[in-house]
Amino acid sequence: MTVQDTTRTDDARVRYEPQDGVLLEVEDLFVEFHTADGIATAINGVSFELHQGESLAILGESGSGKSVTAQAIMGILDMPPAVIPSGHIRYCGQDLLTMPEEQRRKTRGPEVSMIFQDALSSLNPVFPVGWQIAEMFRVHRGMNKSDALQQAVRLMERVQIPAARERVKAYPHQFSGGMRQRIMIAMAIALDPAVLIADEPTTALDVTVQAQIMSLLEELQEERQMGLILITHDLGVVADVADRIAVMYAGRLVEKADVDALYASPAHPYTRGLLESIPRLDQKGQTLAAIGGLPPNLMRIPPGCAFNPRCRMAQDVCRTDRPELREVAPGRLSACHFAEEVIDA
Amino acid sequence: MPEVVLSAQNLVKHYPIKRGVLRRTVGHVKAVDGVSFDLHKGETLGIVGESGCGKSTLGRLLMRLEEPTAGSVTFEGQDWSGASARDTRRLRRDIQIVFQDPYTSLNPRMTVGDIIGEPFEIHADVVPKGGRRQRVQELLDLVGLNPEHINRYPHQFSGGQRQRIGIARGIALNPKVLICDEPVSALDVSVQAQVVNLMEKLQDELGLAYVFIAHDLSVVRHISDRVGVMYLGRMAELGEEDEVYARPTHPYTQALLSAVPVPDPTLRGKRDQIVLVGDVPSPANPPSGCRFHTRCWKAQDVCSTLEPELEPRADGHGEHLSACHFAEPRLVVETVDVTGIEPDDRFVSTDTDDLVDAGAGLGAEGGGEELDSGQAEDRARPPATEDTPQVSDPTRVVEDTRDNQG
Ligand SMILES: Nc1ncnc2c1ncn2[C@@H]1O[C@H](COP(=O)(O)OP(=O)(O)O)[C@@H](O)[C@H]1O
Ligand SMILES: Nc1ncnc2c1ncn2[C@@H]1O[C@H](COP(=O)(O)OP(=O)(O)O)[C@@H](O)[C@H]1O
Ligand code: SF4
Ligand code: SF4
Ligand SMILES: [Mg+2]
Ligand SMILES: [Mg+2]
Repeated sequence: MTVQDTTRTDDARVRYEPQDGVLLEVEDLFVEFHTADGIATAINGVSFELHQGESLAILGESGSGKSVTAQAIMGILDMPPAVIPSGHIRYCGQDLLTMPEEQRRKTRGPEVSMIFQDALSSLNPVFPVGWQIAEMFRVHRGMNKSDALQQAVRLMERVQIPAARERVKAYPHQFSGGMRQRIMIAMAIALDPAVLIADEPTTALDVTVQAQIMSLLEELQEERQMGLILITHDLGVVADVADRIAVMYAGRLVEKADVDALYASPAHPYTRGLLESIPRLDQKGQTLAAIGGLPPNLMRIPPGCAFNPRCRMAQDVCRTDRPELREVAPGRLSACHFAEEVIDA
Repeated sequence: MPEVVLSAQNLVKHYPIKRGVLRRTVGHVKAVDGVSFDLHKGETLGIVGESGCGKSTLGRLLMRLEEPTAGSVTFEGQDWSGASARDTRRLRRDIQIVFQDPYTSLNPRMTVGDIIGEPFEIHADVVPKGGRRQRVQELLDLVGLNPEHINRYPHQFSGGQRQRIGIARGIALNPKVLICDEPVSALDVSVQAQVVNLMEKLQDELGLAYVFIAHDLSVVRHISDRVGVMYLGRMAELGEEDEVYARPTHPYTQALLSAVPVPDPTLRGKRDQIVLVGDVPSPANPPSGCRFHTRCWKAQDVCSTLEPELEPRADGHGEHLSACHFAEPRLVVETVDVTGIEPDDRFVSTDTDDLVDAGAGLGAEGGGEELDSGQAEDRARPPATEDTPQVSDPTRVVEDTRDNQG
């Protein structure tokens, strides 16, 4: 496709250079919510890196802290009630949390952008979609009105919106769910970001539409060599798209590995339990494996390993000592005292 | 094959579209447009299809929560529409429904005991008044909740537990048929497995027949004996689970199945993926002939003029019902070779009864372990997985539960 080049705009913005290919680095991040009921530790010491052109999936069940992690990176947490007591979020080596406001505005958004599950609530209902996309070019690129609109049409074509030229004046509600998701993607990639965070981008869509959107995202990532953080609870989507996976539980990463290794031999009992809860063909007519119990209340995370009340392998040490995320095999990290046993199982 | 308990014949439901100050009818949404099938005793019939294809409407028609525009539903040979008031009451007892959303389908102001016991108010003859409390506690126990929690409110339970409450209510009157409309769609995968297990256990113990409506094709495959695939208000394909999944003959079924991501990275890029173009057309104005012809890669001229019948068509092995002029089998679901991989019970629990024990001992969910207030708050927030297009307005319930707490 030749459209791609014309949609890429260059300008005099600050250019960041990744260091050793690392675009984004989250280091020992904590996020708390201070509420009337007490303090909930939603993110409890999370570290990871995102490389150029890499697809990193953050996988976890609802409430595990996936969206809060993304919101912290984007700087869109509600503060208060959210508080970031410690940690670093570096973009190309520069700490977003301590950077001057002006510089931060020029970084988040243009360099690191995000798409959400619900496109309808992130698009402005009273403006035509083309105008909304064009506005990005006017504000950040200083383009005049007609150039910006031209650019918006090209971008809408790029994300495969049929009859883009005619529909540039249509309002968000006049599009189907899948088309709105495409529009949100168009806005997110408009400024050619180096990092794209997609938070459950297809969760509200039917599988047929999900397949279209995921293949569009993959294509765009390839074409623009973006780093992609894909947040999802869907083990199928992850297997189709991600290079690496970080599994989250109760605000911590409990396992990190290449996608093939993780599916072939998970190194954490929680990951293993998740994989085994999916209905599989050979289990037809049998009881499904389920993880008993519930994730903990984030105001009272159990001491030791947060997973211990639900873990069938738990020993005494699990109730007292918190397992750190450590290398348990080449390229494999797990936060379990017995990871080596799990991996071999 | 066991006897037929529930039968739908040519069911049609058209909703009028009204416009203008005079509210004139300008057209009809053809939500269900000629659906027929039999449900046998103790079996599970899965119904799948994209959102808006009429699954929930079909469920409501089977329950007689709505009158069909045309067609009929018969229960054990008796036609709903001709039934006397007395028979209607009995029919209402024998067919029950469980809804998707454990957040909005339970009245937040009623205790769990009232919610589960409510059907006894209407059908007072089922359990004598004095025995109701005990019966409710038995039901709680049956669905893996703590019978002592009978006086709690829905917000004090997690999503999975609320779905158990909905199921307990659904089976309170000893129905023969349970219509389940997306019963596990709002739940996280590990909790979803708990609820699916519970439903299978209850089916075995109580001999229930299920109509299991869901958009998750792998869950439907797991639980169903037979599966019907709907498209724009009509049944595109209907057959035994393995006929539909392993030898689908309708292009829509093939596309739908091929779109499901498989949790196995070694199959990446190797699967036969059929990417459909465009969106589902409006049910107010479905395409002529075969409704799928606007998106079908196999469409010929005849497809836009002649509607294909749902009839037995060869699938390469035998034949099963399919509504395509050019039906032919195509293998689209790659299955992971898992022979020899046994679930390791050190990591997971495979037994619902066992969960009850675990719950009691470890402060985990299965035993109906209470949530403390903070956790109930968490649960009141709609989780990401719940945000399907059907969810009406989760915030309303959050409001309501707050009232309740105060
Ligand atoms: N604005 C907020 N106020 C209080 N608690 C919050 C807020 N946002 C998120 N949380 C809590 O943080 C935890 C993690 O949430 P989130 O990151 O949204 O989970 P998920 O993994 O489902 O995306 C949850 O327990 C949630 O209740
Ligand atoms: N009460 C109603 N009035 C008007 N249209 C309706 C009503 N209920 C459902 N519909 C329409 O009927 C079609 C089928 O809806 P539904 O049965 O909910 O589909 P599904 O459950 O498969 O998503 C949709 O187009 C929907 O908008
Ligand atoms: S550290 Fe202990 S409780 Fe935690 S996952 Fe490993 S075995 Fe289970
Ligand atoms: S009848 Fe024609 S349009 Fe319909 S599914 Fe078959 S080939 Fe496609
Ligand atoms: Mg989230
Ligand atoms: Mg529905």
